[in-house]
Amino acid sequence: MIQGTNTGRAAMKLNERSLAFYATCDAPVDNAGFLHKRGGRGAGSHRRWFVLRGNMLFYFESEASREPLGVILLEGCTVELVDAREEFAFAVRFAGGRSRSYVLAADSQAALEGWVKALSRASFHYLRLVVRELEQQLAAMREGSPANTLSANPNPISNPRPKENGRAVWSALPEQPTAAPKRPPLPPRRRASAPNRPLASFAQLHEHYGREVRALRSQWRGGQAGLAGLEVWHRSSSGGTHTQDQP
Amino acid sequence: MRYNEKELQALSRQPAEMAAELGMRGPKKGSVAKRRLVKLVVNFLFYFRPDEAEPLGALLLERCRVAQEEPGGFSISFVEDLSRKYHFECCSQEQCQEWMEALRRARNEIRKMTGKDPLEQFGISEEARFQLNSLPRDEQTCTGSQLGVLD
Repeated sequence: MIQGTNTGRAAMKLNERSLAFYATCDAPVDNAGFLHKRGGRGAGSHRRWFVLRGNMLFYFESEASREPLGVILLEGCTVELVDAREEFAFAVRFAGGRSRSYVLAADSQAALEGWVKALSRASFHYLRLVVRELEQQLAAMREGSPANTLSANPNPISNPRPKENGRAVWSALPEQPTAAPKRPPLPPRRRASAPNRPLASFAQLHEHYGREVRALRSQWRGGQAGLAGLEVWHRSSSGGTHTQDQP
Repeated sequence: MRYNEKELQALSRQPAEMAAELGMRGPKKGSVAKRRLVKLVVNFLFYFRPDEAEPLGALLLERCRVAQEEPGGFSISFVEDLSRKYHFECCSQEQCQEWMEALRRARNEIRKMTGKDPLEQFGISEEARFQLNSLPRDEQTCTGSQLGVLD
């Protein structure tokens, strides 16, 4: 354990041995390949073997190394292309003033795109937040039956939290209760399959929920067309029409 | 092994799946149980001295095994050496059960089990993903309707 020089406090303990085993275990990786990594404080760039597993990006001296040189925890990171002296460069950045950025460079455009794609979705925490938000939107949308949409409320889908992504969600989850659950819902994979339906393929689920969403939307639209008498409301919330299209 | 400690510390301050004060005993022979604030955030288990803001340490939960020990107690060990156990004492078997289930869920195996990209399953296009990444984390704002897939 290394003593911190600034605070006089010991560095945080971490089960590094387990980390090293996780880095080199047989399970399939999310991405792997060579990248050039800039050393800290402009110390030049080294070609390292990188392995992405979940929210951890390990790097090794070589492909055959048995232990990683280091690991970058990716939770909370953003990934962006950068205009750097290296070709095919991108950066992994974190919020907070004192946090370091990692500038990495791939060997080709295809490799660059593969890495940026893989790293962008590596943040598990963020993934769960997105999933929960979409689940809530789906539950809210189901609650917004035709009877409810004809209210004076310009946004029948009352979801006080802003939406991260306008896309509808299809999942194998059973219907969510509208009351906030006591604890966060399980990750989708662990749940039982959708009611009255064996675990279907994504395409089937997409079709199934897509039909439901389309039906709800056209019902809502049909209801709105009948609101000729509420023209003033309609005009005054002209932006509302657009937002109500969002699931 | 080098790692970005700042980000790990920042992660320990994120909303937790589970958090409680438990008795905790390390794997070394003769170690004594101490009260620790134990906090589960994504696939990490952080532990703090009850009155401190910075974690003493973290356990990455990948490839861990969670087992019932005495009633009201469970252990965490890792595949490479299952005999090295971290012991935890709960105030009830019910709490113990809750923790064991939460820890098992925390393992990041979505992709391994389904072989699918979780975001693709939910119809989030690649373009949208890059847009999501450009949003500030602590202030999610609407990026506008993207219902192209339904039209």
